[in-house]
Amino acid sequence: MRLTPISAIVLRQFYLLRAGPTRVLSLVVWVAIDIILWGFMTKYLNSVTAAGFDFVPVLLGAVLMWDFFTRVMFGVTMAFFEDVWTRNFLNVFGSPISINEYLAGLVSSSIITSAFSLVVMLALATALFGLSFLSYGGLLVPFLMVLFLFGIALGIVACSFVLRYGPSAEWFVWPIPAILSPFAGVFYPVSTMPAWVQTLAHVLPPVYVFEGMRAIVTGGATSGRSLAIGGALAVFYLLSASVVFTRVYRKAVRTGLIARYSAESIT
Amino acid sequence: MSILSVSNLRKAYRDTLAVDDLSFATAPGEIVGLLGPNGAGKTTTINMILGVLEPSGGRIRIEERDLATDRREALLRTNFAAVYAPLPGNLTVDQNLRFFAMLYGVASIRRRIDALLEQFDLVRFRHMKCGVLSSGEQTRVSLAKAMLNEPRLLLLDEPTASLDPATARDVRTKIRRVTSEAQVSVLWTSHNMYEVEAVCDRVLFLSHGRVLLEGNPRTLPQEHGKSTLEELFITVAREPLSLES
Repeated sequence: MRLTPISAIVLRQFYLLRAGPTRVLSLVVWVAIDIILWGFMTKYLNSVTAAGFDFVPVLLGAVLMWDFFTRVMFGVTMAFFEDVWTRNFLNVFGSPISINEYLAGLVSSSIITSAFSLVVMLALATALFGLSFLSYGGLLVPFLMVLFLFGIALGIVACSFVLRYGPSAEWFVWPIPAILSPFAGVFYPVSTMPAWVQTLAHVLPPVYVFEGMRAIVTGGATSGRSLAIGGALAVFYLLSASVVFTRVYRKAVRTGLIARYSAESIT
Repeated sequence: MSILSVSNLRKAYRDTLAVDDLSFATAPGEIVGLLGPNGAGKTTTINMILGVLEPSGGRIRIEERDLATDRREALLRTNFAAVYAPLPGNLTVDQNLRFFAMLYGVASIRRRIDALLEQFDLVRFRHMKCGVLSSGEQTRVSLAKAMLNEPRLLLLDEPTASLDPATARDVRTKIRRVTSEAQVSVLWTSHNMYEVEAVCDRVLFLSHGRVLLEGNPRTLPQEHGKSTLEELFITVAREPLSLES
């Protein structure tokens, strides 16, 4: 893999972010609203429940982590959509860039945009509601890594879907985090859900992160093995997503869809 | 040695054969016109040479690099401009050229962009978004992008379609000069027969995905009993069987 074509994708995102406020605001506004909404919610819950239990690291921390995962996923898809919206596939895929370099460019763009969102969220949550990431200890890094890898994997799957079904399939991408959140144990322990849902939930890497977070802030111990399973699942999904994207791309080249993308399907 | 070598190229979509056993080669410094009515297989052929459409059969080699097995090396030596593939309108001319220069691994990006902006009379548009340029200016930006990597093979799909006659002539002159100086090989599609006669060294008339006629655009009409290239084109489009030997 060459670094220059990967940097080109990142540079393009930088140019677009710099060009106007709309793209920058999209990185900040929703996550800021979430932090403020859930920040006040946690303050209220702290005031009406028994003293001694702090909802801030449990709920607000979870919201922050989930929003980070969402931004990672959208970071990949937004960089991809730039080529969809500007009908740029012929120019990009007719160049010497390889599909792995293209994916690496999307991922690199997402690293930068999601890191920016994370900093904003953290600043708001810390300044306004006293959330401290330090309360998660050294496990914070693996927590973020698992969410990052799974976010990238889902972002790539979403891109594959849009590549396969055309620009009108874009709507499919936006609700993915909302659809997953009830099963990912973001706001409540997995044990709250029915047994069959619990089984389903355990194939989702974020479950291991949020269960681990709750264990830490309630004074329990986090199982390293459990987090390792979450990490392994995330890596598995990431590799699978890359295979899926490559296959969808190859099929699009075989059928001619890349060259006639606005047609949405070649039948 | 040929720059582009296409052998037995075939593209089938289910029951439709878009390109049927197409073979040709282009030499350094040669401009080859790919002509034919709509649906003859011109753009399909260009898309296959560009690597965005997989052939059903046959082989494409660019400077001896097989496109199927050595895609990157083959495409590093290739570039293209097409009227239906404008550069993103939300980036400036400079940003677009820089982005594509990086994709094509251009060494001295700033120097190359400066030279191309000068060459295609785009200096004053450097920091303007491509989306606000006129179609003629956008075409010139696309052509500048197509020259970024100093390609050995240039694919031009109706490059002057949206240009006024004066600008089109300027563009043709520029492309001819580059082709001759750098010994670039050009595959050019156009429906403007005047342009084809003025620019192309050789033409391939496609009909139903096959080469029906091949030759010098200035002598080919007379060889087939027609007075002009346009008349020959119309015959190819309407009565291809009358020309098959």
